[in-house]
Amino acid sequence: MRQEGILRHAAVRLLGLIPTLLVLITIAFFLIRMAPGGPFDGEKILPPEIRANLDANYHLDEPLLQQYFRYLGQIISGDFGPSFQYKDWTVNELIARGFPVSATIGGLAMLLAFFLGTLIGTIAALRQNSAVDYSMMGVAMLGISIPNFVVAPLLILVVAVYAGWLPAGGWDWSWQRMVLPVVTLALPVIAYIARLTRGSMIEVLHSNYIRTARAKGLPEWLVIRRHALRPAILPVISYMGPATAALITGSVVIERIYSIPGLGSYFVQGALNRDYTLVMGVVVFYGIVIVVLNFIVDLLYAWLNPRIRYDQAP
Amino acid sequence: MNSNDKISTVDPSPDDPFAAAFVEEDVRGRSLWLDAWHRLLKNRAAVVSGVIMIIMLLLVLFGPLLLPWEGDFTDWDNTSSPPSLETRHWFGTDAVGRDILVRTLEGGRISLLVGLVATLVSLAIGVSYGAVAGYYGGMTDRVMMRIVDIIYALPFMFFVILLMVVFGRHIVLIFVAIGAVNWLDMARIVRGQTLSLKNTEFVEAARACGVDHHAIIRRHIIPNLLGVVIVYVTLTIPQVILVESFLSFLGLGVQEPMSSWGALVNDGAQDMESAPWTLVFPAVFLTVALYCFNYIGDGMRDALDPKDRL
Amino acid sequence: MTLSVLTRLFLACSLLGLTACGERDGDFGSPREQRSTPVELVLLEDGQPDPSVLAEEQVVYRGNGEEPETLDPHLAQGVPSSHILRDLFEGLTTESAGGDLMPGAALRWNISRDARTYTFYLRRDLVWSNGDPLTAADFIYSLQRVLNPETASSTSRSLLPIQNAREVLAGELPVEELGISLLDEFTMQITLTGPTPYFLGLLASPVAFPVNRKNLEEFGDQFSKPDKLISNGAFVLKDWTPRVSIELQKNPKYREAGLVLIERVIYVPTEDRSTEVKQFRAHELDWTYEVPNNQFKWLQRHYSYELVISPWMGSYFFGFNLTQEPFIDNPSLRMALSLAVDRQIITDKVTQFGEQPSFALVPPGIDGYVPFSPEFADWTQEEREHEARRLYEQAGYSDDKPLRVEIRYNTGDNHKKIALAIASMWKQTLGVYVTLVNEEFRVFLQNRKQKVITQVFRVGWISDYNDPYSFLELFRTGNGQNDYGYSDSTFDALLDEVGTERVRARRERLMFEAERVLMSDYVIIPIYSYVTKRLVNPHLRGWRNNVMDHHPTRNMFKLNSKDTGEQL
Repeated sequence: MRQEGILRHAAVRLLGLIPTLLVLITIAFFLIRMAPGGPFDGEKILPPEIRANLDANYHLDEPLLQQYFRYLGQIISGDFGPSFQYKDWTVNELIARGFPVSATIGGLAMLLAFFLGTLIGTIAALRQNSAVDYSMMGVAMLGISIPNFVVAPLLILVVAVYAGWLPAGGWDWSWQRMVLPVVTLALPVIAYIARLTRGSMIEVLHSNYIRTARAKGLPEWLVIRRHALRPAILPVISYMGPATAALITGSVVIERIYSIPGLGSYFVQGALNRDYTLVMGVVVFYGIVIVVLNFIVDLLYAWLNPRIRYDQAP
Repeated sequence: MNSNDKISTVDPSPDDPFAAAFVEEDVRGRSLWLDAWHRLLKNRAAVVSGVIMIIMLLLVLFGPLLLPWEGDFTDWDNTSSPPSLETRHWFGTDAVGRDILVRTLEGGRISLLVGLVATLVSLAIGVSYGAVAGYYGGMTDRVMMRIVDIIYALPFMFFVILLMVVFGRHIVLIFVAIGAVNWLDMARIVRGQTLSLKNTEFVEAARACGVDHHAIIRRHIIPNLLGVVIVYVTLTIPQVILVESFLSFLGLGVQEPMSSWGALVNDGAQDMESAPWTLVFPAVFLTVALYCFNYIGDGMRDALDPKDRL
Repeated sequence: MTLSVLTRLFLACSLLGLTACGERDGDFGSPREQRSTPVELVLLEDGQPDPSVLAEEQVVYRGNGEEPETLDPHLAQGVPSSHILRDLFEGLTTESAGGDLMPGAALRWNISRDARTYTFYLRRDLVWSNGDPLTAADFIYSLQRVLNPETASSTSRSLLPIQNAREVLAGELPVEELGISLLDEFTMQITLTGPTPYFLGLLASPVAFPVNRKNLEEFGDQFSKPDKLISNGAFVLKDWTPRVSIELQKNPKYREAGLVLIERVIYVPTEDRSTEVKQFRAHELDWTYEVPNNQFKWLQRHYSYELVISPWMGSYFFGFNLTQEPFIDNPSLRMALSLAVDRQIITDKVTQFGEQPSFALVPPGIDGYVPFSPEFADWTQEEREHEARRLYEQAGYSDDKPLRVEIRYNTGDNHKKIALAIASMWKQTLGVYVTLVNEEFRVFLQNRKQKVITQVFRVGWISDYNDPYSFLELFRTGNGQNDYGYSDSTFDALLDEVGTERVRARRERLMFEAERVLMSDYVIIPIYSYVTKRLVNPHLRGWRNNVMDHHPTRNMFKLNSKDTGEQL
């Protein structure tokens, strides 16, 4: 019974991808073109003939709707077009290079945040209202109280410049260059997860079946691991979707300050430089990532929580 | 429920022995709000935070009036000077000689304003949307939440950036952009609450009495949402302030000569070694404010609905 | 409990704040400044360094600002790509380390009497990096390509002095009609529309670099990728990972490969100025693109040995929109505003890096040209402010009827501070109400060009070539860069004459006169002339300060380290 439900749910969600993406593409397409200024504006003005040629090369002289459909057709075949700004590269190439970097850092940050966050939250919950609880949560909250563009240069200064333990920035897939960015990126997420876990764990610990388990004489750690952890984690799992979004946006700052060639700063540069294709490519790509991730999270949640229902009858 | 509600609806008749049992009695139930207030007061973190926030509010509102410098006065003899008592720049000056203390306080006005207004915008949109979706249920609900799902999938920050790029950097736009992108969580929560409220007895009773939908939403659903909403508002404000600081980092935040804590902190972070006072003071204000909002929000949540864990 | 957490936090921060007071001298532990000293430079007779002083590894890491948009020399704009291109390619002429013109691919040249025909005699043994011979035909091909309207090169307008270039770019004439001709395998001729003294310098810039025809035909627009690009300069393109690094390797087929000492140069994109400095301090970079503006005093104190500041051929000023109120037909108001700016304060306190306060359009440092200097350049600032107030009132403004004006600038830390400074000066001296409008770059440019809503706006102009004309032509009637709406027939006539004047001294006098006309109309408020400022590893030598800020890697080399013997 449950298997069928999950499969049906999965299929419905996957189909839901398409309208979502369509809306995403359309909004982004028209929004970026509404921005004043164009990709070929520069301090040194172009002669009008050159300008005309450039526009023609990139189909910018066509009516907007025509450009839109042309673009849709391109996307369906998986071609995001050439980058306006980085003339030697196509958007596909840039995304192919940038995404693994962002994904690695984002993924590691997520793992770190998950484990550290749940750990802190659990300990705080177990020692609720004690000094341990307050101080652990207090420190965790630093993650959402200090902007990451302050933490990042501070870390670079202390760890890379003064102590010389790690490089100051740049990227070559070595673990040394990953440490600081991953940590900085993870901090706000650690804070949220710690909070969520603490609250959820407290609630679970007060429930009846935990009392029963304790009454049966099970050691505390077994109680936690076997009975408390799973239900307590549920809210954290459903937070993973928004958490990913947070990581993606946080990456913009991290990538800029640590000089990391990820997708986030491609987007910002693209928006500022009116690199239409690059902006669209990144937006669509991230849209897909978020939807897929949400989908996985949904499945994970359903698997973990035997009580979920699929029919949404009012 | 009104604390003055009376229970009895039967007219007592003097010779009915059982009627006495139905004598009207004023039910002085303890109101939900009073309960919550007491619980809140017991939460020391929240209380201390509340006091600090009130002090901070007074400082940012009235502080600049009492100080000798104006926010845009450039003291050319004292550019980038550290805090000192003789120059009367107690927090030091920035690179063009503006007093950091005044700038921090005035920046606080903007940050708190942005936090408040953007949150209210997302509140207005989110509450109405969520309440309608939850209350009407069925297809309406499905469609509306589908739309929310779709919008949720859009990389939110990117759209804020795009909006700022397209429409320029007017401060009103910042409110609207942040608020309009932030309402989704509120809508979802409100919808969830509404769904569960909808099936409670008093709503059923009201419907049985023939009260129309709008009135029900207005008089029964929304007041009971207030708890959740207040918690959410208090927890959103710090998020919004951080978003604004992020925009400042990108060069898309509030315009000079207005400043916000985020912009000040961003400027200060550039010079953290050469002029740390430009970073430390606004950063402390920002961090303390964010901490306080979070503690107050958590406290409110614990107080108003101890079972509800977001 | 919570109180203790909050208190602890507050205490920590106040401690931070307290340590911030007073002199900062590395309170957070001293920066990692194990400065090793380079050995003494010993030069041999031919001017090359003695091999014994050279470091074993001749590798340079250069911070290069933004990621270059392309490495196609005919399409590249912007300074970052030009640095890399100057390492990859060589034109007919080239520059010495000090910026002096030198023969490049061309061994020598003749200039006709009327200064309109140049005949170039190429060296006979030149080869491309793949071994193909490099002949005059390659240069003809390349010039035709860059001026071909289909290539859509935005830098091609520098080559407008070539005869028929304008018509070819406009598509009116076929590319074969360009005023260039092949005389024989190693000789070519270029005909110009008029005497252009800076033409030889132009030939050393990327727009005139040769590209290999086979390379283009084989790979189309992918030709500028590593392992594909064929170039003729001191280096070849080894690797390009966008936003990570661009690695160049020494080209053994370069005509002077024997004199090139650096084996590899890695260009590292550095978007964040502060991080770039940190990378330098962590010994990850030998050369930075720039330094952050606020850190001058600190850098002076801690890195004075590495900090290099040098005049740069660029002008920073604010322009007036002359087509709208309040500045239309109002030269005395414009003069008042210009006088009220205290340039000394701006260069001393705001920019701080030794920029020179400027009262003219053309920056100093151009050979033979003495920039214009108005009378009030010699006054004191009080005298200027006094005169400013007089003129302000004469224009009809006062404290009761103050001027309300907008200053527009594009996002940038420096721009913001200068605009703030000017706003404050105008307010404090004249009582003007200034609104600061900070716009994102593209929006800013568009508004400036349209001349509808702008009033006072920021302009920064780095010259394309070492001649005052590159500044003056911005103000010609109808010039695409003329965002001021300035139109003066005397000025235009003078510029026309400059275009036909052969005699150097006379030409310079004409330009001086043109500048005088321009400045007397108070079209702009000059603020300062640019300087380049960067950090350089003291072990890195061979480069020279020059006013165009061109530093090809082929002149550089790295010295050994005295103390440890190992190179940092």
